[in-house]
Amino acid sequence: MKRLLLAIAAVFCIAAASDPAERLSDPSQEARARTLFREVRCLVCQNESIDDSEAQLAGDLRKIIRQQVAAGRSDAQIRQFLVARYGEFVLLKPPFSAGNLALWAGPFAVVIVGGLLLLFLLRRRSTAEALSEDEEARLAALLQNRDE
Amino acid sequence: MIVEIGSFLLVLALAASAAQGALSGFGVRSRVLAGAGEGAALAAFAATAGAFLVLIHAFVVSDFSVANVAANSHTEKPLIYKIAGAWGSHEGSMLLWCFMLTAYGAAVAVFGRGLPARLKARVVSVQGLLGVAFLAYTVFASNPLARLADMPVEGRSLNPLLQDPALAAHPPFLYAGYVGFSVVFSFAVAGLIEGRIDAAWARWVRPWTLAAWSLLTVGITLGSFWAYYELGWGGWWFWDPVENASFMPWLIGTALLHSAIVTEKRGALPGWTVFLALATFTFSMLGGFLVRSGVLTSVHTFAVDPTRGVLLLTILGLTAGSGFALFAWRAPALNPGGVFAPISRESSLVLNNILLSAATATVLLGTLYPLIREALGGDTVSIGPPYFNLTFLPLMLLAFLVLPFGPLLAWKRGDGLGALQRIWAAAGVALAAGVAVYAVVSPKRALASVGVAVGFWLIVGAITEVMERTRAFRAPWREVRRRFTGLPRGAWGMTLAHMGLGVFALGASFESNWRVEAAQALSLEQGMDVGAYHLRLDRVGAVDGPNYLAERGVITVTKGGEVVCTATPERRAYYAGGQTTSEVHICPRGLDQVYIVLGERRQGAHGEHAWLVRAYFNPWVQLIFLGPLLMAIGGAISLSDRRLRIAVGRRRAAA
Repeated sequence: MKRLLLAIAAVFCIAAASDPAERLSDPSQEARARTLFREVRCLVCQNESIDDSEAQLAGDLRKIIRQQVAAGRSDAQIRQFLVARYGEFVLLKPPFSAGNLALWAGPFAVVIVGGLLLLFLLRRRSTAEALSEDEEARLAALLQNRDE
Repeated sequence: MIVEIGSFLLVLALAASAAQGALSGFGVRSRVLAGAGEGAALAAFAATAGAFLVLIHAFVVSDFSVANVAANSHTEKPLIYKIAGAWGSHEGSMLLWCFMLTAYGAAVAVFGRGLPARLKARVVSVQGLLGVAFLAYTVFASNPLARLADMPVEGRSLNPLLQDPALAAHPPFLYAGYVGFSVVFSFAVAGLIEGRIDAAWARWVRPWTLAAWSLLTVGITLGSFWAYYELGWGGWWFWDPVENASFMPWLIGTALLHSAIVTEKRGALPGWTVFLALATFTFSMLGGFLVRSGVLTSVHTFAVDPTRGVLLLTILGLTAGSGFALFAWRAPALNPGGVFAPISRESSLVLNNILLSAATATVLLGTLYPLIREALGGDTVSIGPPYFNLTFLPLMLLAFLVLPFGPLLAWKRGDGLGALQRIWAAAGVALAAGVAVYAVVSPKRALASVGVAVGFWLIVGAITEVMERTRAFRAPWREVRRRFTGLPRGAWGMTLAHMGLGVFALGASFESNWRVEAAQALSLEQGMDVGAYHLRLDRVGAVDGPNYLAERGVITVTKGGEVVCTATPERRAYYAGGQTTSEVHICPRGLDQVYIVLGERRQGAHGEHAWLVRAYFNPWVQLIFLGPLLMAIGGAISLSDRRLRIAVGRRRAAA
């Protein structure tokens, strides 16, 4: 039941980042902040970015990020700050690290393995299809007969 | 009393399913037993349908002595949502699953007259065994008709977010799709036991795959549409675990749909096709498990129960495990089938399968990786939309790029250069569209323009294929017309489905990149701009709904001074549970939509009342939902193709 309530609470955390009361005055800074918001998880919500969430914590995080953007810190610095404070869990885009190797390489590994299997299939097939010398000779004879 | 009859019917259905499994299992040797097994399949269906009707009845009459009704219904709820409440909970949705499962079993018994007797008996038997597993779970662990000792006066009501027409219809379609793949699974198991996976087998499997796939497409689209307008922030896909759970069977089912064509037409790839047939239903069950067990956190999991998750996982493991064990045992003996050259229709379909499998693997990894990392003692990680944008989208882009070539290539050995010559026009149109969009639409977005080009590439590519088949502009008019009307429905279905994909790509590219968002606290008579539209808040009034109170804003939408729409978004407070929801107002404008949300009440600049109004201009968003609909219609048209009727398969096989 608690989980259900949480889920419902999460659902009502809706698209809050566009709230005019929170906005930065510089539109390019605001746009940068919004892009960052989409990569940051609302930690108390079920599965939402802080861009969408109306939860208190998401609001606090938005404020912090907006302040840092306004203070001129880079995206990487802000991400680092968030990870130091909340762990990797806070990023919706997992970093390219050793622990995430399987995650990032997995999809492309499947394509490569699939491609190799296809090549193998085509090669095996073409050798199976090729005629032996005897067969070639018989085929030639048959074709000759037909021409006559 | 009626409820007790329902419980009895449920147990009866379990017994009938067991009988179906056993009788049909032995029915391989005896016609009488096979007939009895089919009778049992019909009985299981009738009993489950009866139990389901009893549950719906309990919801309609608000019988709160039934625990499930008390937890999910309310006397003041409108009738349609009382009925929909029957599948809004865990127990109810499992009963819906069983209903579909037995319905498909009965459908095989009735419509499978053309099948060879042995194969049919085995399919019906496997379907019966699946029924036993899920009905036993329903009867013993998740009885939807269990009574309460203390009957409450009023129910706790269904979550108001779920009280919505699209969502009322969403689970039946979704489950009809999920469970439709159970028939494919049963055919795979039966075929493996018989040692017969060939062109005829693929022909029998294809209609079931098509039906399930089309229904699943509709189900997912309805769910996405619901999220779009009900959750109130205008998104339509969140890469949420629950969405992924339904998307994985769809992706792998799409792969199956294509590989089954290779097996049917050329007898090739039987092992792979049967593997996909097993995998698709496995992913369906996995989807059911992920959604119902709550192992993953999600925005919209509404009926979760961790303890029963273990049971569901056991069913999943046993069913899929025995299927794949059988596969490992029997597949090496399968005849590999016809040969083909690197450039051929077969190769293009294999490429399609590789990319779709990789896409499925991506979604699976992205969904389960947090669990895997945690189990291995690593940090908890979050995987959100940025991951899928970087992995899934490139795979799909590649698939879309090669897609129009496939239908232009001949079976066995295709003419690659010829296909290129025939498709240059489509490539030209796509390129021109991409460049035009890049030049005209602001802000300039290169990737989005590529997306638009790909959309046109798919649509024009599909049209090119029809023109090739009918020899349009090359043969005399009469000949073209003869060919045009003579095209089989399967061909039209394919064309429509591929066009639908292009239509979807167009909508998705436009909406995700060029949506305009605006939000402002408006007091009465104040206005704001969103894109080219101006919104003015005229008044806000109270509305007394059947089971809620609402504030309704009246907002006039103008474009260039002309009134185009009067929007009436609402903010509702439900009596039961005390939740609030926003009822979005959508003004359709051609392919675009203006999407308006009435938010909370605030203080205005001079202390007067003001309301936070949020609005989006969503360009071409209608195409996002139209595209999948076209795909589903394409599937239905293919399904009506004479060549796919089951009896035809037998005549061919006998000949």
